[in-house]
Amino acid sequence: MSDGSKKGWLQRFAEMPNERPAKALLVAFGVSLVCAVIVSVAAVLLEPLHRANKERDRQQRIAEIVERLPGSEELLGAAEAAKITTEMVELATGNLVRSIDPASYDQRAAASDPAQSVAIPKEYDIAGVKRRAKFAPVTFVERQGQVELIILPVHGAGYASTIYGFLALRGDGNTVVALSIFEHAETPGLGAEVASKDWLGKWPGKRVRDDSGAIRIGVIKGRVEPGSPSAAYQVDGISGATRTSDGVTKFLRFWLGEYGFGPFLERIRS
Amino acid sequence: MSDQQPRNEARRVLLDPLIDNNPITLQILGICSALAVTTKVSTALVMSLSVIVVLAASCAAISLIRHHLPRGIRIIVQVTIIASFVIVVDLVLQAFLYEISKQLSVFVSLIVTNCIVLGRTEGFATKNPVGLSVLDGIGNGLGYSLILIAVGAIRELFGSGSLLGTEVLPLTGEGGWFTPVGIMLLPPSAFFIIGLMIWAIRSWKTVQVEVREFSIRTSEERR
Repeated sequence: MSDGSKKGWLQRFAEMPNERPAKALLVAFGVSLVCAVIVSVAAVLLEPLHRANKERDRQQRIAEIVERLPGSEELLGAAEAAKITTEMVELATGNLVRSIDPASYDQRAAASDPAQSVAIPKEYDIAGVKRRAKFAPVTFVERQGQVELIILPVHGAGYASTIYGFLALRGDGNTVVALSIFEHAETPGLGAEVASKDWLGKWPGKRVRDDSGAIRIGVIKGRVEPGSPSAAYQVDGISGATRTSDGVTKFLRFWLGEYGFGPFLERIRS
Repeated sequence: MSDQQPRNEARRVLLDPLIDNNPITLQILGICSALAVTTKVSTALVMSLSVIVVLAASCAAISLIRHHLPRGIRIIVQVTIIASFVIVVDLVLQAFLYEISKQLSVFVSLIVTNCIVLGRTEGFATKNPVGLSVLDGIGNGLGYSLILIAVGAIRELFGSGSLLGTEVLPLTGEGGWFTPVGIMLLPPSAFFIIGLMIWAIRSWKTVQVEVREFSIRTSEERR
């Protein structure tokens, strides 16, 4: 008589008619659960590989920037003459820190960890960065004991995504050698131009600060007038992508400013 | 004799979608991805493989639970299962084929909305046993792959003068004689190629030609 109660839950579930709302709920829940487990396991297991791929990608970007350096033929031709090192910089003071290994430092993870980051005061946070890590990796390219190139990691809010890139400055800390964008999810065809070779090609030679020390570098609306005194600081806007263009201006000014690499660049200059 | 029947059935289910019931050229499904990922054979190959895996796995999973699928939520359940497999495939590609996965970008995720997958799970896997459903999934995946790889090969050969990255036709830019056909690298060329393929297949297999729903009358008839 008590046949029904002896049956396992699986069998009782299987015998439940499909029209019952309870069955629909159970099926929906069961399928979601199994799918969630499969997806989570895959994501967790493959995470180290994804991380390694991203890191390799980042290093490749740095190598590309180095290649674009003026006179790179000599530099690459005499690879042993050019020394490429990455050092950690304490952003607040601009000091180099030797106790942290830059290879294992994850700036993005550090930025979301309250112990390793600082909140940026609203009035300074022009680029929507919110929190920034206390330390940042900076790559130096030296030739004959002279710093030729300083490569800074930069990021900030664009229109639809956070834009990540590298800004390469001359040894004087005031002249752009190259801007490279390696991660973004801006609108294809409009804001996505931010990562195009054409647009990034407008950056080399631009100056960061004017003689009074004010940060002038930035993207303007429309085209730069070649004769104007500001032309040395300005880059043509991306048409149809004002917010993306503004985002680039803002995050460059943020990272070159007081809460970014400002103190570090100050040391380089003096 | 008795096991001849199911074997024929399996054969038919697996091989029919290659030409006779090809999802792209007969059913005209999955065109969007066929345009987007066929500039090179390598991306077409990886995309094909991803679709085959997703199709086979989804068909198996859905066929397995086909007796317990309440009608009201069956599409949602199917899409959930398909989406999960697509995410897993995407994660695997990002881990092991990072460069190609960057080129495929969003199109791997868009397999979720590929009509071929939902078409097969809803049209076949919900009504047939697991073994046949998997064969049907693989068959349709192969049919899709066949067209994708053919289009990819034509576009890469005439657009970049190479196949799978190795130079076949030496380009004028590098001292050869072949001037690349620029339009081959743009999406419309895939449209033209698929159109020509459909024309060729229908001229060969006239059964596939659709009956005209109505014909335009000539002025003679109108009188």
